[in-house]
Parts: sequence; structure tokens; C-alpha cells
Amino acid sequence: MTAFFKTNGLSVGYNGKTLIRDIDIVLNKGGILTLIGPNGSGKSTILKTIARQLAAIRGSVTVDGWELFKMSAKEVAKKQAVVLTERIRPELYTVRDLVGLGRYPYTNIVGRLTDEDRRAVDECLALVHVKDLAERDFTTLSDGQKQRVILARALAQQPELLVLDEPTAYLDIKHKTELLSLLRFLARERGMTVIMSLHEIDLAAKASDLLLCVKGETIAAFGTPDEVLRSLPVEELYELEKGSYDPDFGSVELEKPDGKPRVFVIAGAGHGIPVMRSLQRERVPFAAGILFENDIDARVAAKLAEEAVIAPAFEPISEKLYEKAKQLILECEGVIDAGTPVGTFNEANGRLLALAAEKGLLKNE
Amino acid sequence: MEKDKAVRRGIGRFSLVICLLFALLIIALAVNLAVGSVRLSPNELLDLLKNGRNASTESLIVFNIRMPRMLLAAILGGALAVSGFLLQSFFRNPIAGPFVLGISSGAKMIVGITMIFLAGSISLSPAVLVCAAFVGSLLITAVVLLFSQKVRNMELLLVVGIMVGYICSAVTDMAVTFASEQDIVNLKYWSMGTFSGKGWESVVTAALISAPALIAAWLLSKPMGAYALGEGYAKSMGVAVKPFRLALILLSSLLSACVTALAGPISFVGIAVPHITRTMLKSSKPALVIPAAFLAGAVFCLFCDLIARTVFSPTELNIGTVTSIFGAPVVILMMVNRRRRAGQ
Repeated sequence: MTAFFKTNGLSVGYNGKTLIRDIDIVLNKGGILTLIGPNGSGKSTILKTIARQLAAIRGSVTVDGWELFKMSAKEVAKKQAVVLTERIRPELYTVRDLVGLGRYPYTNIVGRLTDEDRRAVDECLALVHVKDLAERDFTTLSDGQKQRVILARALAQQPELLVLDEPTAYLDIKHKTELLSLLRFLARERGMTVIMSLHEIDLAAKASDLLLCVKGETIAAFGTPDEVLRSLPVEELYELEKGSYDPDFGSVELEKPDGKPRVFVIAGAGHGIPVMRSLQRERVPFAAGILFENDIDARVAAKLAEEAVIAPAFEPISEKLYEKAKQLILECEGVIDAGTPVGTFNEANGRLLALAAEKGLLKNE
Repeated sequence: MEKDKAVRRGIGRFSLVICLLFALLIIALAVNLAVGSVRLSPNELLDLLKNGRNASTESLIVFNIRMPRMLLAAILGGALAVSGFLLQSFFRNPIAGPFVLGISSGAKMIVGITMIFLAGSISLSPAVLVCAAFVGSLLITAVVLLFSQKVRNMELLLVVGIMVGYICSAVTDMAVTFASEQDIVNLKYWSMGTFSGKGWESVVTAALISAPALIAAWLLSKPMGAYALGEGYAKSMGVAVKPFRLALILLSSLLSACVTALAGPISFVGIAVPHITRTMLKSSKPALVIPAAFLAGAVFCLFCDLIARTVFSPTELNIGTVTSIFGAPVVILMMVNRRRRAGQ
């Protein structure tokens, strides 16, 4: 299968000055590629070049076997459509009229819509679920509705490739997920190829077939979300110094409190997460244990705790680990019981609790 | 079907507005022909029109004075409204217009200079004056565009436009200081803006320039619609943005130059009339707004001219005085409403 969309040694930038070079993208029909990377990294510049709003400095872009920069403006308009970041506020345009503008490459010299054009507009309105807004004035819509209408306008061009620059900006979580689900639907069911940029790395990883990390002068990583986020940790891509990111869950933790542990959290089975986050907020350095490596608390402790006592999964806790935890407790000012039940495998935690109580270290929250 | 109803409603509204404007236009034309220091009854007027020119005073008044004046007011009023609409499309802002952006004053300056310094060497036919005004319009448009790259805020750009307008007026006044008595009389009369004292030559010049410019403007309605979404979207739909913008600015300048050269600066028509038209149509679709704005501009200027020459008859008011009184409040209301909506 030959790739639907390809760039070859593409360099992009403004006024002949290269910002990012050697961009090689291969994307199949019906695939979603998302560009991620810090602000000002050049995601928009790449998208603008792909949308032919900017001239390429070097290299080539091919869409469906056509050389993008050798096509006529009209051919390009029939092949690809865009959703840009610039906010539009056309006055006195109904939703239907605005979506109708998308028929531009198909209409005659004065832009009269034929029956076929009107049918296409209706289909697009239905596709993004804004049919009942059709006669409303565009400027009176909410941000979420507006973004759907703007997408419908792009779809009215009947493109095979959609280029979207930060389509989820300004949207709340409901509209973000709805928009991305819609794009997934278009890709899967209609064979639409999608190239976009997103700020939400977690959503990008979940909605995309391929990720492209833009950092510095070249592409930092390109591949499936799994490959990319493992080869290039988000902390590194975004130079995240005061926090951390869990690529599997897309969850962000704020800066870890540094210093010698003052509190020991006896946790497990998810009970420890609220305790550890509250200690983080109060900037109290802490240790946590004894956690099995497959416990969700262990993942958060790895990001937030100064020291974590981690036990191998599916085995009773060894004496060695118990001793290590005991040592840590004796050096702490207090112990917090996160409320984790004590069972056969983690009976060591029960002993730690008893020890803490005996030493008067156990704190009641 | 539902969509057909919607389509019909849009077209229906347009037809209704056009019919209404046509009716008003016919009334305005008739009243303009009949009313004045010599008042004609409807029957007398019909007789005159049926029988054509003759040697009577009434015939002279109707055919040589009122008719060219009225046609000029109609053509130039329409041209001015469309010129304003083109500028508004260019800046994607409904408060742009040839007068507030100083473009009319630029035209006035060059026409004034031409009148004073070239009066002896070339004949000042309407066509020559239009050329001079076109040069002036383009000059000031270029200045305003230069500023518009630095100033993204439209309100600020308007202030720049008004200031540039003042500079142009100052230069014009300076030129007047060095002019001969005879030139000053002509210039004063013209620079205040009036449709009076123009013969058929002016009407023909106005028609020959406006007609092709208006048709060309209407043929630009498709890219104008796309451009309303911004440059990026327009480009993505296949609009050749640079030539399109150039065509828009040239046509707008040509139309407003034609008005300034033949009737002097006329204020606020370029903003108020397109705004009223859009509101009546409940649409900004250029293909509909351009013809409707032309008719509305013609009607507006005919009624303003009627007021200018009859209210304090035999003293005539400047046409600009009357258009300001009716136009400026519309512009103020628009700006206030926009602010309020933006604040929401």
C-alpha cells in the first residue's frame, strides 16, 4: 500500500529562513497524525506548509500521489481543507451560509449553490450534528458549536485530507472529546486522512494513529503513540522540570517535594493517591510503602515520593523490604495510614502500623 | 422540504428588499424632478416627460438641471455605498469607509491641487478630475494600508484615517491660500460637496466609470464571501488572495474617486448605507449586498439631495451636511452595538 500523504526531506520556515528541517512523514489513508511539542516549536509552521499557506523551503509534499506545490489552488482546495486557529467572526452569516462557503471550489463564478451543493452542505451539517443550528447566526453560537460548524465548512470542500491547527483550543472537556471522536469517526468510516496539532498529549495519544514530536530544528520522534511516548518521555519533549507525566494514563503530577522524608505513608490499592497528592500540595517530603509494583499507588509514589518501598507483584512481602520500611519509619516524624486493608500478602504493612502505633508515630488525619 | 424553505426565505427576503428599494427609487426620482423652486404637478411632469424637450422654462429646468442632477445623485450615491462595502470587505470590518479612512480627503486634496495649479494649462473635464481624485485616493489608501500592517485594531486605524484626512484638508487649505479668486470660488463650491451645477457630461462620466466598476465588484462577490473568513481560509479554498485584495482596493478607490471628483467629499454614506442594507437583508452575502447597497445608496442620496436643496430654499445645504446628519448617528449606533456585543 502506498502512503496517501508523504513528505520528503521537507524543510519549513518563514521568509526563506528554515525553522525545522528533514521532516519525513508517511501517513496512510484514513490515518490520524498528530503533531505535539512545546509552544512555539513550529507545529503551526509545519501545518501551514502542508496546507500550502506557506511555501516549503526544501523538499516535497505529496498528497494521493500528487505533488502538492505543483497543483492548482482549486485542485488543492478539492483535495484538502483546513481548520485554522484564527478565530473568525463573520457578521450576519447563518450556519448554513457559512458551511456553504466551503463549496467554493465547486461553484460557478458568482458562487451560486446548485442542488448538489446544497445536498452536500446538508450532509456536512448532519455529519457534525449541527443540523438544528442551520439557520442560526454563527456569531451567536458557543465555542463548541462554532468549532463543529467550522469543521462542517471544511468537510463541505469534500476533502480527502483534513489539516487542523489546535482544533481543541478553547473547548471544554466535553467538546474536546466529542470533536476527537468525530475525527476518529471520519477517519475510520469515511477514510478521511487527518493531520492536526494538539496541546493535550493524553488526548493526542488516544486519538491518533501516529504522533510526531516537534522540538528544536528537527523532528524529535515519529511513530505510533506508544513508540513515541516511550522513546521520548513527555518530560523531555516539553522540558518539564517541575512535574511529571504518566504516558499510560496521561496523568500529570506536579513538582515532587524534595528533601529528607518527613512522613511515611502506608498505602496500597489506590488509597494512597489522595494522601500523597495532599502531601505534595503541602510540600512535605515523604516516603511510601510497602507497595506492590503493580499497584496504582506505586506509580504515583514513583513520581511524588522521595523514597518508595516497592515489592515484586504476586509474592508476599519479603523480610528484607519490611526491614527497609521499618528503618525509614524510624527516621520519619510521623506515619500516615492511608486506609489500605491488610491481607495475607501485605501483612508486613500490618506490622508496620503496629510498630508506628507503639512508637506514637501514627497520625490521625 | 426544510432546506428549500430556507433557501426560498433567503431569496424571498432579497427580492422583497430589492422591490422596496426600487419603489423608493422611483418615488425619489419623481419627487426630485417635481419639487424645487419651480414646483410641478404630477400631470405637468408626466406631460413634459412624454413630450420630450422643448423651449419652455419648465422643460429646461427638468431636462437640463434637475434630471442630470438627480441621475448624478443616484449613480454617485450608489457608487459610494458599494465603495464603502468593498473597503469593509477588505478590512473585514463594517466601520471602514472611504470618508472615515481619509481616502475621500486624499482625493479632494489632489483634485484641489489640480484645480488650482493646472487650471490654466489643461481643461478640467470631469474625466480629468476623476483621474486626479483616483490618484489621491490611491495615495491615501496606500498610506492607510501601510499603517494597517502595524495597527491591527480597527478603531485605532480609524483614528489614523481621520488624522490623515485632516492633513489632506490642511494641504488643500494651504493650496487655496495661493489660489486666484476665481479658482477659490470654484473650489469652495466643490469642496463642500454638492450635486448641483453639473451637466450631462458629469452624468455620462459617472455612468461610464461606475457601471464597469460595479459589475467588476459584483463579480468579486464569490472571493469576497470566502475572504470574510480571513486570509487563511480564503487561500485554502482557492482564492488568489493578493490579486483579489488589489482588485478590491482599486475598485473601491475608483468608485469613491469618481464620487469625490464629481460631487466633492460626501460623508458617512459608505458606512451607513451598507450597514442598513445588511440589516435589511439579514445577510452579508456580497452577491446580494452589492446590488441592494447600490440601490439603497441611490435612494439615500436622492432624498438627502432633496432635503439639501429644498429645506432652506433658495439657500442650498451641502450634501455632506445632510448625509452627516442622517449617516453619522447610524455609524455611532453601530459602533456602540458592536462594543456591547464584543463585551458579552
